[in-house]
Amino acid sequence: MQDFGESFGLAFSLIASGDPDLLEIVGLSLKVSLTAVFVSCLVGLPLGALVGIRRFRGREAVVILLNALMGLPPVVVGLLVYLALSNAGPMGWLQLLYTPSAMIIAQAILITPIIAALSRQVIEDLNKEYAEQFHSLCVPAWTAIGALLWDARFSLITVALAGFGRAIAEVGAVIIVGGNINHLTRVMTTAIALETSKGDLALALGLGLVLISIAVAVNAGAAVLRTTAARHAYA
Amino acid sequence: MPDGASPGVQLLAANAGPAALLPGEAQGVTLDTAGKRLIDGVSLTIEAGVITVLMGANGAGKSLLLRLLHGTLAPSAGTMTWGGRPLDEEVRKRQAMVFQRPVLLRRSVAANIAFVLKLRGKSARIRVREVLEQVGLWRHAAQPARLLSGGEQQRLALARALALGPEVLFLDEPTANLDPASVAAIEVIVREAHKEGTKVIFVSHDIGQARRLAGEVIFLHRGRVVEQTPADRFFAEPVSPEARDYLAGRIVL
Repeated sequence: MQDFGESFGLAFSLIASGDPDLLEIVGLSLKVSLTAVFVSCLVGLPLGALVGIRRFRGREAVVILLNALMGLPPVVVGLLVYLALSNAGPMGWLQLLYTPSAMIIAQAILITPIIAALSRQVIEDLNKEYAEQFHSLCVPAWTAIGALLWDARFSLITVALAGFGRAIAEVGAVIIVGGNINHLTRVMTTAIALETSKGDLALALGLGLVLISIAVAVNAGAAVLRTTAARHAYA
Repeated sequence: MPDGASPGVQLLAANAGPAALLPGEAQGVTLDTAGKRLIDGVSLTIEAGVITVLMGANGAGKSLLLRLLHGTLAPSAGTMTWGGRPLDEEVRKRQAMVFQRPVLLRRSVAANIAFVLKLRGKSARIRVREVLEQVGLWRHAAQPARLLSGGEQQRLALARALALGPEVLFLDEPTANLDPASVAAIEVIVREAHKEGTKVIFVSHDIGQARRLAGEVIFLHRGRVVEQTPADRFFAEPVSPEARDYLAGRIVL
């Protein structure tokens, strides 16, 4: 076990020197989580908008379900995706287990409810304002959803960032379906878990610092967006 | 000055669409919400040619009746027809409504106009400029709509409604929160629209404004129409005691 201060020093030099292993891990993390966010937005935004503006039987139940699913435990999602993708599972023939694709699927399942639930709230609030005017103008439902999504874009980017924050930081799902295979499915969180147990604290700490920096950057980005939106009175 | 019905205006309005929307006909229109009767068996005819002002105290049902006439609210009983046709989407597309608080999209001034033009499959390119110049907002075209002043926002909402070339224009107290100069600007645009053949139905509880605009007055009291009279007669000698009290400044209960 290295000395605490020494570990920090090594961590910084790893980052500063652009260590290829570290870069590869950070790159894969970003690729997996950004793709998962993208997929989740494709599903979650229209779903959230639809639930936000439509009145149908069982709507309350759907809203409660979406809100509850926001707190899905990553290990459980990982387990379910593992069962589905393993050779004996219904989607075993896809041969996706222990690939980045499996990790993307798991993270997308994890954060789609977050995107859907948060965007549902955003769209519902905006729709309260627009609904009567749109009714008067006879705006078709899909045009209305498009307009609401566009006009709420600043708030929705914040929603996507919340999803990204959750995806990039979780370890439970990706370690089960990815397996933390070096040069293949090793991402920041799984590497930190492994290196810590191996006692290589420098790499673990270095990755931890990168992870924290990303979290800070994401939040700073969200704050900048909010002020920009407020300045242009789009918020 | 109340606008009289000139035959030319009537001709324009009558020729406005494939088959004119006017007259509008309400038959026993009733609205109940949570066991309360808010609009009580209103039957009236909306004719072309004059600006109609809906008057009455707060809670008389002016705004509700306007929405029932436009079809954004469905009556609990009774029927509403325009030019003999039931009030469906095809009819509503040929009407437009401006609300007390303007509902503007979180976009630029120009994009607000372009949105409704595209909605009706019209080319936005030239028309946006025409429309904004008409209401004196062209120099603000690129600005976010919500950074306009209250008066400018309402002018934009009015311009957006008129951009569709509606045959009937509903206005729900559009000047209630505006300063006198903005009120005057809105009234000029409304009168202009009326001259060009748009049927204007205007809700107001401002007696001065009603005197300036109205060709006829529909006076509501507790969800009922107590009178529908040409404006000059209404202001000289209203028929109903409720309207007499209202005009005399007595509190109507």
